[in-house]
Order: sequence, then C-alpha cells, then structure tokens
Amino acid sequence: MNTRIVVAGASMAGLRAAEQLRAAGWTGAITLVGDEPHMPYNRPPLSKEVLAGKAPFESLAFRPRASVADAEWRLGTKVVAARLAENIVEFDDGEALSYDGLIVATGMRPRRLRCPGPLTGRHTVRTVDDAQGLRQALTRPGARVVVVGGGFIGCEVAATAVALGAREVTVVDPLPLPMVGPLGELLARALLTRHEERGVRFALGTGVTGFTGDDHVTGVALGDGTVLPADVVVESVGSVANTEWLDGNGLDLSDGVPTDGHLRVGGRPDVVAVGDIARFPNARYDGVPRRVEHWCIPTDTAKHAAKTLVAGLARTGHDLPPFAPLPTFWSDQHDFRLQSFGAPVLGKEDVRVLQGDLDGDVVVGYHAGGRLVGVVALGGQAAAAAASRYRADLLKQPALTA
Amino acid sequence: MKVVVDMNKCQDHGQCVFAAPDVFSMDDSGHLAYVSDPGDALRDEVEEAADVCPLQAIRLEG
Repeated sequence: MNTRIVVAGASMAGLRAAEQLRAAGWTGAITLVGDEPHMPYNRPPLSKEVLAGKAPFESLAFRPRASVADAEWRLGTKVVAARLAENIVEFDDGEALSYDGLIVATGMRPRRLRCPGPLTGRHTVRTVDDAQGLRQALTRPGARVVVVGGGFIGCEVAATAVALGAREVTVVDPLPLPMVGPLGELLARALLTRHEERGVRFALGTGVTGFTGDDHVTGVALGDGTVLPADVVVESVGSVANTEWLDGNGLDLSDGVPTDGHLRVGGRPDVVAVGDIARFPNARYDGVPRRVEHWCIPTDTAKHAAKTLVAGLARTGHDLPPFAPLPTFWSDQHDFRLQSFGAPVLGKEDVRVLQGDLDGDVVVGYHAGGRLVGVVALGGQAAAAAASRYRADLLKQPALTA
Repeated sequence: MKVVVDMNKCQDHGQCVFAAPDVFSMDDSGHLAYVSDPGDALRDEVEEAADVCPLQAIRLEG
C-alpha cells in the first residue's frame, strides 16, 4: 500500500502513536520526524534518578515494539510548516512531504523567564542534553542553587539537588505554597513542611525580577528586593506548546492544539493530536478541552487517536466511545512519593483526609458536589497503595456534568 | 511468551497491575509479584502493562 502517515514529533507520544497505528491495523508507511537527535526516551528520571546519578542516561531509551521496525525515523529534523488542506508538511532541511494521515506530537518546550540578566548558569529540564548540563553544574562542590517555580519539576529538582550535596537550595514561587495548583492548600502545606525538614528553603509569594552577574549568573533578584546568591539557576516555570508549524491553518493555537472528543484536529478525518500538546475534552469530566502534561497521557492519547485516524483514513467509521482517560500522576521527591488518581484539580474546594494523617502517610480525597473526583497520596509505598484502592471507584463514577 | 521485569528498575508503582491483573499483582507488603510465563492470550494485556510502566522495567520475550 503506497500510503503514508507522518508523525510530527519523535518523543514518547510519537513512538506510542506509531506503535498504536500498527496495533490498529495500519500497514502503510510511517515516518516520524523529531528535532532531537535521540531516539525516544523516558523523561521523568531526568529530574530524579538520572539527575541524581542513580541511573545512567542510556537507561532512558524506550524499546520500540517490533511492529514499528520498518518505520522511518527522521531525527534531528524539525517540522516547520504544514498545509493541512493540501496534506503537506515541510521540514527545516527544505523538504516537503505529502501525507495521507498526520499525527501532531510535537509536544512542549520549557517556558523561559524574560527578565534581565546573564543567560549562562540558567538551566531548564526537558531533554537529555538539559539534564546532562544541569547534572554537571549541580555536582560542582558547594553549589548554591535557586529553583524558580515550585511545581512538579521544581520540587523534584530541589530534592535531587539537596541529595547531591548542594550547599543551599531555594525554591522561589509567586504562589504561597509549592504545587498548590495541582494539590490544593492542605496537601501543598504538608509538602512544604516535608521539603523544609529535608533542607530545602523557600521564597514564596514573590517573583523573580532579574538575574545578577556579568557573563555567568551570580544571583537571583526577587520582587521583594532581596538577592539570593546563586551558582546554578533552574527555571521550572511551565511550558509552551510547539505549535508554530501549524500556524496558518485556521486552528486556535492559544494553548496547544484543540481536538474533538476523538482527538481529531480541525474537524479533519486525517489529522489527530497526541501527548501533552493535545487540548482535548475528557468525557469523564466536564467536557472542557484541556491539555494534560502527565506521563500517562502520551500512551492514552496514542491508543485512541491511532484508532480514530486509521478508521478515518479507511472511511470505515468507528464505534469508539469518546476519549475519557482517568488521569494519574506521580512525583518522587526526597524519600516520599505523591501518587494521584482522577482529577483532584476539579475538587480542590472540598478536600478531606481519607486515611492516615498529614505528618505521615496520608491519602487525601478531592470532592465536587459531594462526590469523590480525585485522590492523592503523600508518603511511602503504603500510602500510594492505599490511594490506588480508590481507583476502581473513580473509574466507575458517571461523568460530571458541565 | 516470557515476561521479564528488571527488579532493579521497578519502584512498585503498580500501573502494570491495572493493565494486566492476570499477570501482575502486589503482595501484602506492596511489592510486585508476577507470572513470568503467561499464556499468549494475555499478550495484549502484557504489552499494555509494559507501556504504562513509569520505569519501563517490563520486557516481553518471544
């Protein structure tokens, strides 16, 4: 069959999409295009085990399924434009390639701070190359580290920096508590205490106004006038969707790529989006399209989108129910783990301790309209296992109405 | 089909148990136990379990 699906993006979401195309019966060609020079690899350890030196960088590579052994990999190549009406994508090496089906999997890149000051010494954590550079900086003796942004990556990097023996580690965030967005106040406060007990300092409720130093950063200036001395700065202030190549196709690219309930883009049968770039409605919840940056999403979206696309190209239609994944996330920090099931963010107004207590292993429930919509465990393995026992209940619940 | 789990990588996330409950389970102390030679009828389940393992510790052979 002389037909081709192009997968724009060759990270986890791209790989999983290619594998799921084969599982869905696609026998035509598959071309994956990715701007990194590496084959797809697993990113979560970049802020944890691999940054800490407990696992080698080589251990991150995914093992592609045998079914995609014949896929064509265009690595170190960036997709720079698309003309969806003509079924053409263009690469940074000047080539234009026509496709029968297109999978949007170009993901995110770290958002950068724009305030004045030197760039050298300021790190982000997204790629293997980022993590290698940061590890070198963190393992220099006596490093003073300032982490800007107290979200998932910021909290994980701060914990790893302490474990690596950094002299000072300070997390700066304009919000009053770390990870308060995904966790809500009750658990975020418990998280703050645990970090402080393990040597992480916090400058909360204040933003960064600039960086001091000539060639290399020497300090971080805060909105309240203080300057934190710093040899290493980590910017973990969220991410930006890599959508520029889709400009000019009439899509609303203000926050990722909008899809319908089957992950189709722009109402087309031949274009789908997967991974953290996809802004999809989750039929399990309120139908509001959202991007989700959890690790499980590339695999979940790939499975659904591949079936949608293969059916769309074959014009056979499909009887899939609308996409309705149960979100899960975890985060390892110091000697404890956060483990979540469901959508705690939709139930932050009604938070209750379900098991244990906030000083030890604890499972917290998040409720909307009196109903449990998410659980998060904080603590050791027993807490995570206890949280997982709520998963079946969360799966069984009928959809929330908007 | 043979299932191999790299127990040096495994961190007891338990995602494999949700994906393939006939093959993977958690023992009473919360640690992973699994059937190393499940029948071929369970291949899809095991492939899914391998996909969802956060540490990518599960491998299928044969």
